[in-house]
Amino acid sequence: MTALSPGAGDPEFRKSLRKRPLNHWNETIIKAALVACAFVTLATTALIIFVLFSETISFFRDVSFADFFLDTEWQPLQKPVSFGIWELVAGTLNVVLWSLLIAVPIGMATAIYLSEFANPRTRRVLKPVLEALAGVPTVVYAFFALSFITQDLLQPGLGKGTVPIFNSLSASVMLAVMILPTIASLSEDAMSNVPRDLREAAYGLGSTRIEVSLRVVVPAALSGIMASILLGIARVIGETMIVAIAAGSTPNLTLDPLASIQTMTGYMLQVGLGDAARGTVDYRSLFAVGTMLFLMTLLFNIASQLIIGRYREQYE
Amino acid sequence: MTNTLASERAEQPPRSHLIIEPEGPSVFGLENVSFWYGRKQALGDISMKIPVKRVTALIGPSGCGKTTLLRCLNRMNDLIPGVRLEGSVNYHEHNIYAKDIDPVEVRRRIGMVFQKPNPFPKSIFENVAFGARVNGYKGDMRERVEKSLRQAALWDEVSDDLKKSGLALSGGQQQRLCIARALAVQPDVILMDEPCSALDPIATLKIEDLIRDLVKELTIVIVTHNMQQAARVSDYTAFMLAGVQGVGQLIEYGPTRELFTNPRDQRTEDYITGRFG
Amino acid sequence: MQGEHIEPVDLRATGAVARRQAFSRLSRYLLLAMSLLGVATLVVLGYITIDDGAGRIDLDFLTNYPSRFADQAGLRSSALGTIWILGTTIVLAIPVAVGTAIWIEEFAPKNALLTFVKLNIANLAGVPSIIYGILGLAMFVRFADLGPSILAGALTLTLMIIPMTVIASQEAIKQVPPSLREGSLAVGATQWQTVWSHVLPSALPGIITGVILSISRAAGETAALIMIGAFSFIAFDHSLNPAEALQDDFTTIPIQIYNWTIRPQEAFRQNAAAAIILLMIAVFTLNLTAAVIRERFRRTY
Repeated sequence: MTALSPGAGDPEFRKSLRKRPLNHWNETIIKAALVACAFVTLATTALIIFVLFSETISFFRDVSFADFFLDTEWQPLQKPVSFGIWELVAGTLNVVLWSLLIAVPIGMATAIYLSEFANPRTRRVLKPVLEALAGVPTVVYAFFALSFITQDLLQPGLGKGTVPIFNSLSASVMLAVMILPTIASLSEDAMSNVPRDLREAAYGLGSTRIEVSLRVVVPAALSGIMASILLGIARVIGETMIVAIAAGSTPNLTLDPLASIQTMTGYMLQVGLGDAARGTVDYRSLFAVGTMLFLMTLLFNIASQLIIGRYREQYE
Repeated sequence: MTNTLASERAEQPPRSHLIIEPEGPSVFGLENVSFWYGRKQALGDISMKIPVKRVTALIGPSGCGKTTLLRCLNRMNDLIPGVRLEGSVNYHEHNIYAKDIDPVEVRRRIGMVFQKPNPFPKSIFENVAFGARVNGYKGDMRERVEKSLRQAALWDEVSDDLKKSGLALSGGQQQRLCIARALAVQPDVILMDEPCSALDPIATLKIEDLIRDLVKELTIVIVTHNMQQAARVSDYTAFMLAGVQGVGQLIEYGPTRELFTNPRDQRTEDYITGRFG
Repeated sequence: MQGEHIEPVDLRATGAVARRQAFSRLSRYLLLAMSLLGVATLVVLGYITIDDGAGRIDLDFLTNYPSRFADQAGLRSSALGTIWILGTTIVLAIPVAVGTAIWIEEFAPKNALLTFVKLNIANLAGVPSIIYGILGLAMFVRFADLGPSILAGALTLTLMIIPMTVIASQEAIKQVPPSLREGSLAVGATQWQTVWSHVLPSALPGIITGVILSISRAAGETAALIMIGAFSFIAFDHSLNPAEALQDDFTTIPIQIYNWTIRPQEAFRQNAAAAIILLMIAVFTLNLTAAVIRERFRRTY
């Protein structure tokens, strides 16, 4: 016990216990570097907000608020230009509506099956396969939507006259496949978290498995299910490639699934492809639509997080 | 100065007859230590001295704050957010909670062994060498590892295969490995938090023998649930109890034999005779 | 008991109960059928794709530059572009993401700032990729004047994948038991020594899994890169010197797929199908690797 052997009240010993800045200088540098890393995420948010808002403000110098929010025509690229955002919002809502109508029932069925019916072996196989769907690049789904859903399925099935080559339905089908893992997996988590005694109480009263699932488990997991759907909506709103390729580029104020439409993201990609010069109203409209898109996805994401946060509290 | 101190002392309840300070030099001197987890107070006004090269046992029922007190001695509690300590913990007469004291410097002198053996998921050799290495030991690492393992009475059992994972050992061996790991830093004090609670009786006896051996070289403070263990291994025993609102207090402190044969406080007697509650 | 007459009780389901049980049993198969719908759709589409495109894959397809003649077009420049973009993104994103996760889990004071940082990361993970695209366009391409270069593309994807990489790394670090940290700190290791020697090695499989999944997401990203202007005809190989290559214009496989998909000719649809087969093989290999690492190193603490 030589080096560290202490002397009672010895000031030299006291000194050895002290913080020595030089002793831990690398520790200090590393901590500073870590803080800098964490700062990158804050800076990203700040930059997104700055870029979106500054160009959007410039946009509204050229285009009035009234034109943007009250006009119903979105025709920025040919004269007479008009910037009524609702046609693009309607396009986005169109695909949200139809993709949810497909994805929610299937997602629920999958979640109920995995959580209440499947034996552990099936579950171990099915869940990863389902989650693999989430890894498929969306440009691949876009190809499927245009080449197969529209050209091999919808047009031969319903007639070329009724189904235009670009239509909301083909995009919605693939968007539904895209968000299926999100909805099924998060809903299944919520259902699995329903306390066992709740189920046992219902079985004890003579309920069948499907009755327990639908009347006890689903209601108890409802907030988690809602959160998964909101998250799915946010992903559909933000998805670009599927709608840009399969749904068309004609702004259209309709919820008709067989219409050719344009979503907010679809418009943004169209401008992006066109190499709009900085400072033009086209370039700025990109950011005005982007701001709208950003706020809408943020709304659904935050709503989803709030619900998840609340139900976590309930069970912890 | 002396006047104020005298008057303060006068206001406190008379308890001097319950605290028999150990004779000779001491490693720790606690002065009016109070401790909070956030708003919840866990320790109230504890003062005691812990003697050099002796085994001091902290006993008491669950929730009496004995583990908290132990972890105050090497600033392990610093790691929990929102904790606060008042009073001073003097280590060789230097307050380790002074602003300019580095907790890392404190912990390399005051080692710790935990309730559940927690070897690193590495080889036996690396487990022991890690502490020495981070403390800048430049000498012969094999020698240091061997010495520590011998001190921890583990060498004969593992010398053949130091490359084996620490996690592959039995519970009792793992705990002795953790003791060897602490010894490799050549600490002045080792704090033990119920080191045998996860072990079988035979492994427990081995650790107790080891404790008696080690105390020839260094100071040991041990928290234990087991009163026979306290009686077997310790020289001094402190009995703690949670008082009002769960604040841990030091009830009685003195030489182990005295405390066990002739407890001065009724609550101590109730506890050690098993009539507690 | 003997001789006593016991009324036989029939416990077989009858009437309403039988109907309910039959419905319950039937629903099992209905639910299973619906569960398989998504997967089945993909299997069918995958089959058609392979049928369409497999015949198109040969050495020329891999080594040819893009062309306006479908049968001469290949993936050479887009594959090289993908490798450059992903390589650069990995180098830029991993240190920042893992550093952020370490700071959050090991060093950050538990205060309002930390709550805000976590909330912010969760929200960034939900920001659509096209928004990252216009951020990249405004900041890297125009403001920093990097042009639609590999560097600008990699920076854009870096910002895009950092949030999800941070979240995955955080989860991995959280799994490391506190007793491991205590054991290290108790022998006088500093916080960083503890993190470096014990926490990171234990969390590594989880971190690698998360990183691979993020990379696989970046590998399929299209919209963000098109937004920064990566939609040009590239018929040259990038220099092996990063300083030069990073300034090059580029294209990637997903962008090439988009390019071929939107053309009306059937021959380009085959090209797109062939490229999709190769892209999916790459993406599934990445995901499978991640899954294998996760299973293999699952620790039993």
